[in-house]
Amino acid sequence: MKTLWRNIIESLGIISRNRRAFFGLLGVVFFILMATAGPLIIPLNMTADYVDRFQPPSLSHILGTDYAGRDIFQQLVHGSTDIMLIAFSTALFGILLAVIIGILAGLSGGRVDMLIMRVIDVFLTVPAFPVMAIFAALFRIRDPVTFGLVLAIWSWPGLARAIRSQILSLRKREFIEAAEIMGMSTSHIMFKELMPNIIPYITINFINIARGAITASVGIMLLGLVPLSVTNWGMMLNLATFQTGAIYVPSALSYLLSPMIAIILFQYSLICFGGGIDEMFDPRLRVQS
Amino acid sequence: MKLMFHPLVKKLAISVVTIFVALTFTFILVRQMPGDIVHTWAMNIMQQQGVTYNEAREMAKAMLNYDPNVPIAVQYFKYMKGLLSGNLGTSLTYRIPVSVIIVQALPWTVFVCTLSLIISFVIGVLLGTTIAWKRKTILEPVVTLYASITQAVPDFLIALLLLVFFGVSLRWFPLRGAYSADTVPGFNIPFMLDVLYHAALPVLAYTLQYIGSWALAMKASATSVLGEDYIAVAEARGLKQKRIIVRYLAGNAILPLVTSLAIAFGTIVGGSMLVETVFGYPGIGYFFGQAIATRDYSLIQGLFLLTTVVMILANLTADIIYSKIDPRIKLE
Repeated sequence: MKTLWRNIIESLGIISRNRRAFFGLLGVVFFILMATAGPLIIPLNMTADYVDRFQPPSLSHILGTDYAGRDIFQQLVHGSTDIMLIAFSTALFGILLAVIIGILAGLSGGRVDMLIMRVIDVFLTVPAFPVMAIFAALFRIRDPVTFGLVLAIWSWPGLARAIRSQILSLRKREFIEAAEIMGMSTSHIMFKELMPNIIPYITINFINIARGAITASVGIMLLGLVPLSVTNWGMMLNLATFQTGAIYVPSALSYLLSPMIAIILFQYSLICFGGGIDEMFDPRLRVQS
Repeated sequence: MKLMFHPLVKKLAISVVTIFVALTFTFILVRQMPGDIVHTWAMNIMQQQGVTYNEAREMAKAMLNYDPNVPIAVQYFKYMKGLLSGNLGTSLTYRIPVSVIIVQALPWTVFVCTLSLIISFVIGVLLGTTIAWKRKTILEPVVTLYASITQAVPDFLIALLLLVFFGVSLRWFPLRGAYSADTVPGFNIPFMLDVLYHAALPVLAYTLQYIGSWALAMKASATSVLGEDYIAVAEARGLKQKRIIVRYLAGNAILPLVTSLAIAFGTIVGGSMLVETVFGYPGIGYFFGQAIATRDYSLIQGLFLLTTVVMILANLTADIIYSKIDPRIKLE
């Protein structure tokens, strides 16, 4: 336990030495706090008050009001939970699928390996966004975790292929051969010898799959295909663009821009943080300073 | 050379299998939907056309190319036979064959995607070459920052921003459609200018998104070419700088990017749903979005098949270009 903490603190130290990665880390922590603690601190008042509709930002409503006079900032905070749940569950399920399938292909070899590779080829060729949109709409999704599960169906092939080739190359290395000769069990070799070497791929892909899930889910909701809660950032964009005519009202600019900027900032933080993690695992990338 | 083992034959075989899988996927999709689709469609037709339920049911079966009363194997056979003879079913919303919708919509998508890819590619290659050649300029950090920001902004958000600022606020560009109703479609100057005017914002959205990645890819490629002996030799021979940059540097560095161009075309067409919906631009992406929203199964099937085929053709083209322009690379 102590070494784990030391590892984490050391890793954070490496990340914070790079300004961009540090910004990314701060951003990611900020959005996680927003999604977890935010809804507890900032109450959500969804009573419609059409007199106050489409107010520009002011002291009482720091990001203005929506088409029904409700505070946008509150909605943004509460909507972040949905986004985070979708991103997290997609990444989790996607990684799980990728690790299982990748390891299976890499370790079994032969016909099983060939079959899995062909399946991966098909998955990578068929255009991902339309499939996700079709699945998401036709399964009539009503909650963020199911949404994440559905998005994960098409999120694993790239990583699975990377894990498989990593395992194929690792199997030929001396330390694995040595472990085999020493008569260590397959599970020991898998978890103690192979796992540490594919952890970097998993971490970076966790971020990439999460990013893809945010873009895809927001896009699908912008199209109006999955009606989750109105505070979800993608739903806010859908309502502002296609349903309430907010894009034609100059004072409602904040209703459109707030979720947009939130999405962009979250994505940018993840990219910067991902860059830092890349450097952490690959010391050659570290800028000498 | 034995034809059987030609790498291209293998690639083609994989492509055929992928199309086959996509076809089977759409076949299963319609049959796995909760509720009786034929019934839902028949009710819809009955209300709109005032025919009896049995007539409407027969019409729905024909439109969907789907008869739930025959064995599944027969259904599958009929479905495949229909597709191979070009019968993609009839759209419920538009009441015309899906193939007609595709023929009308595909040119708009191809037009916008091609134009934006060419523009972003040219600008990106110019930027990338300049950065690699000049090394320490203000341009490098600017382009790198731009690329990482556009990486964070999905193309449909760029599209929304463009729509709100240049379409709604400034009223510089139209909000919807591919051409105005008062122009006469055909090869006349007013129509073509009008088409360009309507395509401007969608093209700009894709272009802004892609410039950064082309510039970074070109920079990386050109930087590695700069280390080659033939550049040093060209410099030693005292060739004009312009000639070295154009013929030796850019000419060689561009090769790996050409392959990405084909793949980018497939990706952009596959993801066109959002940008085209935002601009109400009547390409295949727009109809795809509408089809999913209204559960227009025949249209979903047809457009899904089309995007898959476009993607496969793009990948194949990339493979062929790759082996043609760079003799060192043989197709695996």
